[in-house]
Amino acid sequence: MPGYHAPMAILAGKRILVTGVLTEESLAFGVARLAIEEGAEVVLTGAGRGLRLTERVARRLPSTPEVLEADVTVPDQLQAAASRLGQHWDRLDGLLHAIAYAPPEALGRGMFGAGWDQVSTALHVSTYSLKALVEHFGPLLEAAGRAGGASVVGLDFDATVAWPVYDWMGVAKAGLESLARYLARDLGPKGIRVNLVAAGPVRTVAAKSIPGFGTFEQTWKERAPLGWDVHDTTAVAKACVALFSDWFPMTTGELLHVDGGAHALGA
Amino acid sequence: MTSARRISGQGADETVDSDAAFEKFRQCAVEVLQVPEEKVTKEARFADDLDADSLDLVELVMALEESFDITVEETELENIETVGQAFDLIASKL
Repeated sequence: MPGYHAPMAILAGKRILVTGVLTEESLAFGVARLAIEEGAEVVLTGAGRGLRLTERVARRLPSTPEVLEADVTVPDQLQAAASRLGQHWDRLDGLLHAIAYAPPEALGRGMFGAGWDQVSTALHVSTYSLKALVEHFGPLLEAAGRAGGASVVGLDFDATVAWPVYDWMGVAKAGLESLARYLARDLGPKGIRVNLVAAGPVRTVAAKSIPGFGTFEQTWKERAPLGWDVHDTTAVAKACVALFSDWFPMTTGELLHVDGGAHALGA
Repeated sequence: MTSARRISGQGADETVDSDAAFEKFRQCAVEVLQVPEEKVTKEARFADDLDADSLDLVELVMALEESFDITVEETELENIETVGQAFDLIASKL
């Protein structure tokens, strides 16, 4: 591809698995594109109804990655995906967790709008899935850990405060933040780093399913010292790629804000 | 891709092109939404008549972009509810 400066590529030789690519607006699409441009080999995962979308949008990346079916709530699928990946990769240097889902009852109807059935689904897909992914791809991550370091990066929406309408997804993200710290504790000795990127609001398919998403956009517009573009995935992609690179070798259990600085201001 | 746009005075060609374009549109819809061909009429409503949700529509738009070699901006899709409205949007780009 013209325009890529291979000698400076910071992910040259890295092998990275990217979940959560649904459309070109997906944060994960931005990460996959930049990772490829920075020299990484990339494989995607897709699940359920979204799988065909992932396969379709994969063709719009600079090089078309393989797409593995991996529903994070189905251990057999995760195992099959890991086996398949292990057939051509002997290690996994990077893993992007970009997966979240909450049933409609759990978003925008207040905390009493959903029962355990809905809440458990939100936590299963959005929180526990980080552990499930890391577990099934563990042997490949450990191989990279032994070879110099592996990096797991998850996408987060700052869960240290309560937001309008975010409801149980906020609780799921708080759980994700905590889980990332515990996984960092358990995986550090194996050379595997675990970090989260807390992104400002970006108008993705996922975001559009949040009723009242406009509230977030307005808040960011007023608060972010650097400003914030809800259509741009580049800043988040750069942070993820940096965390996949060799340039954060002693950083784990960290929550990196890529939000125009909004988190630092009270009002 | 050749342009289907015609200068005025070539209305007959335009009709033929438009019919062919709609046929192509319809094939995309049949494939992506998995509905019978006869249900894809210009009056059909995506949500009510074709049982298509937001993910289906995202996939349909991607298929149409590929098939017609065009680009559709997300904001252009606001307020589009029927097959006819979607087809007019696509046709305006040919």
